[in-house]
Amino acid sequence: MTIQTGDWVRIHSVILTPAERASAIPQETRAVPLEMRVKGWLVTAGASIGDAVEIRTTLGRSYHGTLEAVNPPYGHDFAAAIPELLRAGEELRAILAKAEGETT
Amino acid sequence: MKPIDYQSVMARRNETMLSAMGLDYAPFLEHPVTFDYEALMAQVPYSLDMVREIQARVGVGNTALIELRQINRLVRMLAPKGKGARIFVKDEAANPSGSYKARRAALSMHHAKEAGFKGAVAATSGNYGAAVASQAAMRGLDCIVVQEVFDSLGIGQPEILEKGRACEIYGAEVLQLSVGPELFYQFLRVLEETGYFNASLYTPYAIAGVEPLGVEIVEQMQAATGAAPDVVICTHAGGGNLTGTARGLQKAGAAGCKVVAASVDLSGLHMASDTDFNRKHFTTGHTGFGIPFAGWPDRTDVPRNAARALRYMDRYLLVKQGEVFYVTEALARLEGLERGPAGNVALAAAIALAQEMDEDQTIVVQETEYAGAGKQPSAQLSFARARGIEIRRGDPEDEIPGAAVVIPDHPSRIKLRDVDLPRVRKSLIRKAAGLMPEGRKLDAEDLNFLAAETRSTPAFVEACVT
Repeated sequence: MTIQTGDWVRIHSVILTPAERASAIPQETRAVPLEMRVKGWLVTAGASIGDAVEIRTTLGRSYHGTLEAVNPPYGHDFAAAIPELLRAGEELRAILAKAEGETT
Repeated sequence: MKPIDYQSVMARRNETMLSAMGLDYAPFLEHPVTFDYEALMAQVPYSLDMVREIQARVGVGNTALIELRQINRLVRMLAPKGKGARIFVKDEAANPSGSYKARRAALSMHHAKEAGFKGAVAATSGNYGAAVASQAAMRGLDCIVVQEVFDSLGIGQPEILEKGRACEIYGAEVLQLSVGPELFYQFLRVLEETGYFNASLYTPYAIAGVEPLGVEIVEQMQAATGAAPDVVICTHAGGGNLTGTARGLQKAGAAGCKVVAASVDLSGLHMASDTDFNRKHFTTGHTGFGIPFAGWPDRTDVPRNAARALRYMDRYLLVKQGEVFYVTEALARLEGLERGPAGNVALAAAIALAQEMDEDQTIVVQETEYAGAGKQPSAQLSFARARGIEIRRGDPEDEIPGAAVVIPDHPSRIKLRDVDLPRVRKSLIRKAAGLMPEGRKLDAEDLNFLAAETRSTPAFVEACVT
């Protein structure tokens, strides 16, 4: 896939390697790097996924990193209803409806 | 050029933070423990009425106060005879960025603009990022948000992804980081590079911006019931929400109103753990922030935190994740209000607390937050279930953070769980005493300061350190 300069992309970089990380953090966190992802307009010409590139963010600031994705989707959604909560909702309605029946 | 390695940047943090706020903290750092808190708050050069006017100009505040009539009927059915306080909710989701955080951002961004900053930087994974981005957009200021978003597998939970999207829609540059407190290092680097304003949640501006919320509660309750509320419940994390609201209540003359904190119980999960990160279903309003910030406020991105919750907290209640999801469902089903779960932490606590209060008493739950993709229980719990977390009905007491979410099988399962406040107070006092130089004891002024810090007495403070 050809990626054009001016495409809206996301890059990835390592801020701190495991050796550079703070000492007072859990072992499992220290074992991995501190990573950063930023989106912006691609500056580097002729780039492919995985290449080292430069971007300009929406504020015009420059970042360097590994090209990871072109206009990636946000990815989050409403997902599926939770049957346990749907039932809970029905029960709550029923409790109030029953009380209404008893008082009128 | 200054070195930008971790140690060098962290060593410059005080100087970086100070130049990025246009506030002089020096008078408040002269003594290792004691400082004039009211003088710190007085750094905000606006009266309460001016704050309200500044906020009104950008559509912040004056949200509706809604009585939860159906939920109140339910509470009366569960409560002993004569008990069952009326619950009201402040619909803060109606603020421009969808949460009360717009109040904190509005005053901060007003100050940033007045002080001549070209932009602002905020380190937050919460609703505050969108609030700063929204308020910056209104004033033509640049905004950069530094967020903790994903674990080492590159996976972020839906609520955090939504918060990142919201920042982007308001035009912010969003730096998305993996798990770890060294986010602060990246934040400092951005401040150094840009010279932008440090839009900390913990400046006097960010707290003074919440005070009108407390004032509105008193005014609206007086109009609705003829009196100030007996209790205001605040979802508690960093302490700014509770501090600002309580100060507003006092300024409105509601001295008798009790201020209660509520947090989601996430005990057992470590906030800086890469593996625990996606096993919690709340990103704020939980004990991972609430307990440490109550016990020691000065752990933030400012030299002295203006959010000092223990000064105002009459009681501190914990709720379970399953209870909050259940109450979020109840709010939608019974009251027709679809709101985000994090704002409903205090509502869950209110439903339990109302049952031990008299029926002529009142409670105000002082916030809701917006709902949207990623924020609903459907998104959060589907994500949890896909990661092997058990979701079931039953007694929330059996909930294990990170392993099981237990949704109550009956509304009577929602219970009161008190945090041992004297213990939290003692912990703060002992830590403060430990900061005194060798051979120097706390004097009468220090004892008075720590008594105010912990809502206790000089005698209690003295007893804690001897």
